[in-house]
Amino acid sequence: MVADHVPDGVQVVLQAELGILGTGPAAEKGKEDKDIVNAGGSCITVLPGAVFVDSAASFAIIRGGHVDVTVLGALQVDEKGNLANWMVPGKKVPGMGGAMDLVVGAKRVIVAMEHTAKGNHKILRECTFPLTAAGVVDRIITDMAVIDVTPDGLLLREIAEGYMVNDVQEATGAPLILPEEIGVMKTNECFQGGLPKVWKG
Amino acid sequence: MEKITTAENAVKKIKNGDTLLVGGFLQAGSPETLIRAVLEASSADMLTVVSNDTGTAETNMIRLMETGRVTSVVASYIGANPLTGKMMIDAPGSVTLFPQGTLAEKLRAAGAGLAGFYTPVGVGTVVEEGKDKREFDGREYLLETALRGDVALIRATKADRFGNCFMRGSTKNFGAVMAPAADYVVVEAEEIVEVGEIDPELVTVPGIFVDALVQAED
Repeated sequence: MVADHVPDGVQVVLQAELGILGTGPAAEKGKEDKDIVNAGGSCITVLPGAVFVDSAASFAIIRGGHVDVTVLGALQVDEKGNLANWMVPGKKVPGMGGAMDLVVGAKRVIVAMEHTAKGNHKILRECTFPLTAAGVVDRIITDMAVIDVTPDGLLLREIAEGYMVNDVQEATGAPLILPEEIGVMKTNECFQGGLPKVWKG
Repeated sequence: MEKITTAENAVKKIKNGDTLLVGGFLQAGSPETLIRAVLEASSADMLTVVSNDTGTAETNMIRLMETGRVTSVVASYIGANPLTGKMMIDAPGSVTLFPQGTLAEKLRAAGAGLAGFYTPVGVGTVVEEGKDKREFDGREYLLETALRGDVALIRATKADRFGNCFMRGSTKNFGAVMAPAADYVVVEAEEIVEVGEIDPELVTVPGIFVDALVQAED
């Protein structure tokens, strides 16, 4: 999904955690190749210059600091940059997969999610769900705002059209730091929640 | 040494209580012929399965698990196999989860003769419970130990009679990492060719790691 929003003229290399650098669009119907799939099990294509590696090498790339940016969804994020996105206590646990490795290893971690969960705060002073990693989130992009995690707390960078600062603060379970100038979100920065694990390396 | 055998013969090496390393990522590179042989031609019980994900509702691992012969699982993601999730709830402690890169590296370390490694992944989460934590250059790391198997079940696209394997596209994943990490390594290949027919530049897994070679059917 992130791949669909990369602006024209910007070249990125997308990684699939099971061992592809340089993934392309989904395979056309009738042209599927069972050996070229993404981490969701869907048949995809690869771009010129793509590389296939094994899982140890794929995670050497991820853990080793060779991924520039990861964009992923979250259940909760807090003002210290702690991220919870792999389990809800009391519910069936799907496992963390590659999420822990990814957010620890990527140079920049962007969370893209809906601002609240049915009115409940997802951006908090402190996460209550089990963490995926501590102190890793750099930026939170929601349907309401763009917020940066800074050593002083959550800095409100941009607000989506139709919302006021008060609306965003009310929907946020931690105090927002207000800079002198707050931008208006551009639509190509606005992602909906529930993104797949796709990242730019 | 003749490595070509039948799946039925190869799985006879599996004993009660063995740890099986099973390659594949969901369907990609999953050794379906060998898992079916474990189900149908082996009676080994109390098995530990090490797998990235224990497959899906459509792959053979779930059928083997239905027999109750798999009593322990080590994995990173189990969301596609409903039985593994159920096992985790019904028998606490029977399913151990690791971050995917940690699982891959534990296997790699075993095959490379290392006792373990320090990783920053899992620090500050439930993954660090009970593990040695150490600081290097101001950053915290967890000690993760190597993970070896008694038997590895792996799929290749093409293998020669010596066991040299070519794994195509995204099917290398865990199989290629597991091959050096078990005492008895069985490969099912979609195509088996004579020695010399695979370009040495294109060998994913050297045949020295492979003990038995089976024609893949599924």
